[in-house]
Amino acid sequence: MLSHDVLIVGSGLAGLRAAYEVVGHLDVAVMTKVYPSRSHSGAAQGGVAAALANVDGDSIEAHTYDTVKGADFLGDQDSIEILCGDAPRTIIEMEHLGCAFSRTSENKIAQRAFGGHSFNRACYSADRTGHALLHTLFEQSMKLGGSLQVYSEWYVVRLVIEDGICRGVVAMDIKTGRLETFHAKTVMFGTGGYGRAFKITSNAYANTGDGIVAAYRAGVPLQDMEFVQYHPTGLYQHGILLSEAARGEGGYLLNGDEERFMQKYAPSKMELGPRDIVSRSEQTEINEGRGAWPKKDYVLLDLRHLGKDKIMEKLPQIYHLAKDFIGVDAITDPVPIQPTAHYSMGGIPTDNDCQVYLDENGARITGFFAAGECACVSVHGANRLGTNSLLEALVFGRRAGKKMLEATRETDWSPLNEKAELAAARLEIDELVHTKATESLADIREELKTTMTNQVGVYRNGDDMESAAEKITELQDRFTRVKVSDKGKNFNTNLIETLELSHMLEYSELIVAGALARKESRGAHSRTDYPKRDDENWMRHTMAFRQEDGGYELRYKPVKITRYQPEERKY
Amino acid sequence: MAQVTFRIFRFDPEKDKESRYQDYELELEPGITLLNSLNRIKSEQDSSLTYRMSCGSAICGSCAMRVNGHALLACKTQASGLVKDGVIQVDPLGNMEVLKDLVVDLEPFWKSLKQVDPWLQPDVSDNPENERLQTPEQFQRIDDATTCILCGACYSDCNVLGVDQEFLGPASLAKANRFIFDSRDAKTRDRIEFISEMNGVWDCTHCGECSTRCPTEAKPLARIMEVREAAMQAGVHNNNGARHALGFRETVGRSGRLNENYLPPRSVGFLNIPALIGLAPVGLRMFMRGKNPPIIHHSIDKADEVRKIFSKFEDYRHHPTRSSRPDDGASD
Repeated sequence: MLSHDVLIVGSGLAGLRAAYEVVGHLDVAVMTKVYPSRSHSGAAQGGVAAALANVDGDSIEAHTYDTVKGADFLGDQDSIEILCGDAPRTIIEMEHLGCAFSRTSENKIAQRAFGGHSFNRACYSADRTGHALLHTLFEQSMKLGGSLQVYSEWYVVRLVIEDGICRGVVAMDIKTGRLETFHAKTVMFGTGGYGRAFKITSNAYANTGDGIVAAYRAGVPLQDMEFVQYHPTGLYQHGILLSEAARGEGGYLLNGDEERFMQKYAPSKMELGPRDIVSRSEQTEINEGRGAWPKKDYVLLDLRHLGKDKIMEKLPQIYHLAKDFIGVDAITDPVPIQPTAHYSMGGIPTDNDCQVYLDENGARITGFFAAGECACVSVHGANRLGTNSLLEALVFGRRAGKKMLEATRETDWSPLNEKAELAAARLEIDELVHTKATESLADIREELKTTMTNQVGVYRNGDDMESAAEKITELQDRFTRVKVSDKGKNFNTNLIETLELSHMLEYSELIVAGALARKESRGAHSRTDYPKRDDENWMRHTMAFRQEDGGYELRYKPVKITRYQPEERKY
Repeated sequence: MAQVTFRIFRFDPEKDKESRYQDYELELEPGITLLNSLNRIKSEQDSSLTYRMSCGSAICGSCAMRVNGHALLACKTQASGLVKDGVIQVDPLGNMEVLKDLVVDLEPFWKSLKQVDPWLQPDVSDNPENERLQTPEQFQRIDDATTCILCGACYSDCNVLGVDQEFLGPASLAKANRFIFDSRDAKTRDRIEFISEMNGVWDCTHCGECSTRCPTEAKPLARIMEVREAAMQAGVHNNNGARHALGFRETVGRSGRLNENYLPPRSVGFLNIPALIGLAPVGLRMFMRGKNPPIIHHSIDKADEVRKIFSKFEDYRHHPTRSSRPDDGASD
């Protein structure tokens, strides 16, 4: 059994930022299923929000209000005030740590427009902002040298929580297949989102909600899982992210008739409306037959009028993605795009110091924290504004670190039954590998993803989702007979993908359950059978609790309101 | 749709004594990437096929592998462009040990990266309340180098690493460049001195493989050449590589051809007795096989013209705006 005072699972911005806070004071380790520089934070492109007011008269208050409104009033306003209030300090800190930011003519950090933000608020590094921030923290982790232990290519199989106290995890060394128990006074998850359950998605193959489901199976409720953001500019058929910065820099959205259709849906903000509204507008154009040729199942992102110089200076990655993946030259041709499952607003419920809630009444789990996309504080409510996710990971990663430092020092070791935990993890894997099996992993996965994109996508309705729920139950049953052909121990990606699929099936059930129960439209959750927001009945967070038999129970908790009463959301 | 054979390197140390190639037939649908082709093979034909992948959008660097002998990122490469005589041969990255199939042990790569202290080291006495200022040009100066995604493609195909595992390697040297040219870093000279020593920038043979294989704008060879130039300008000459370059210029600039007897002692230093003694066996072996250069070095016939070119260069270096560009002047 290995042990660390603090074990952080996930090496993206939240995990590394938390580690940075704790290292040197306590024995801390970071565990990742990939390598730190390969975490999905690095895929964020357009920017990170902060009211630095480097280019206009922005304020923290404006950032706060934009975020509350963008969240369709489902965000907890006390948390949003923390997020926006701490943003300027956070950006300056990252600059001091070495992050290379694009600059203004006054040599300050440059800021540009982004959807749903009323000022030029997005600090950026060309269109590779997440990459620049992630590598900065990865560099700092190397500077820490041996004082920060990093377990790369380790995969968490079980989270151990007993009597409301977190005691550690069981994880697999992917290279050897060895299972190992990690005893910890404090565990933090920064394990990322769950968008991989959708066919068209901008998410990494790694984003299979492993941490979220490990927590759920250990008795932690999951909050607001039905809120999945569809990003308006996914590369056609690939779903790969083309940053909102393309529109922030002046790009147009065109339908098949080359019409800037956003004038019908968000006349004042046009292409820079919030993501939920822009994605719905695109989907409406496609559904009503105004998509682009030949199949009319996509719309167009037009950058041509920006000119080659601006595209290559401000949006080089977008240019290369379009060129390499679908052979379109964005300087001379509009780029085919479609909405793509992008961000998980839901996740592990936490307080403002990232400590995880055990129930809807505010009881907390001792020694368990979560931050970043896997967590639900909730600062994004029903719809996240672009550039607020990198910010959340940094702000709340740091807060988690500070609180863990304080809490862990006051905590004694709680016992962990190594033998029993290892046996349970071993049993789960052996059952997958050794039972007589007939079902294809790839078929189940494909059917799940198609179901989620087609029936639980940009527009939802009761009938479609009932059928999706039935389908998921069928797939869960078939999964009990899934075939794992690779029986080897070392680097068994066949086994890892099977474990990932089991997670995808488990949380997809909760996405559908929360969405079916929520009889309203709010933010990214848009039901054609309940097209209006219903503040009277649904201004509340969903909490899904796992039952003994593997089923779920939904309960609810109120949204925290400080300054801004709900109002109609117009752009 | 074209039928293509994927000839894929297979090795599982748990059960294989030796590596082998396994063929998989696949109908290539238009627009399919190499990574999606591999995913189809893994899904439909052989789930034990093992490779790394994550983001699928060319930013995480996980899916670097070799195709037809050269490293690339599988996720961003169209499969159709890789077919040679109906076959796409896929191998693991080079210069690293294979763990299983297309998965290699990246530890040497990470270890080399750590050696160049890859983090910003600003002047600690200057701790501004706001951001450190940097001009747009100063940002542009490091923009290309910061695009490195640490995929290891350059490390795989580096010819120097093939014979010398101690070489820092292209990615690490590009990373050093990223900090050397960052206007906010205060350790510029230390960094240049460190990578001018053994295993650093001067050990590169500028074959250019790293830049050719680099899937981003990081282009390590260009970054290495920038550091060499900076080292010369900063007067970081007290190392074999810089002395070698200076000696090269001295002999060619004087006589129009390389004095091969002059260069080795000039590189290690004329007063460096142990190193000079170390050179002796090589010299002796060359002599025994008749491969030694002439003892007496002769100038070429038109050495004065070469000297003129060198003086134009020298002039241009000191007054780049006043004099004509050397490539214009060399022919007159």
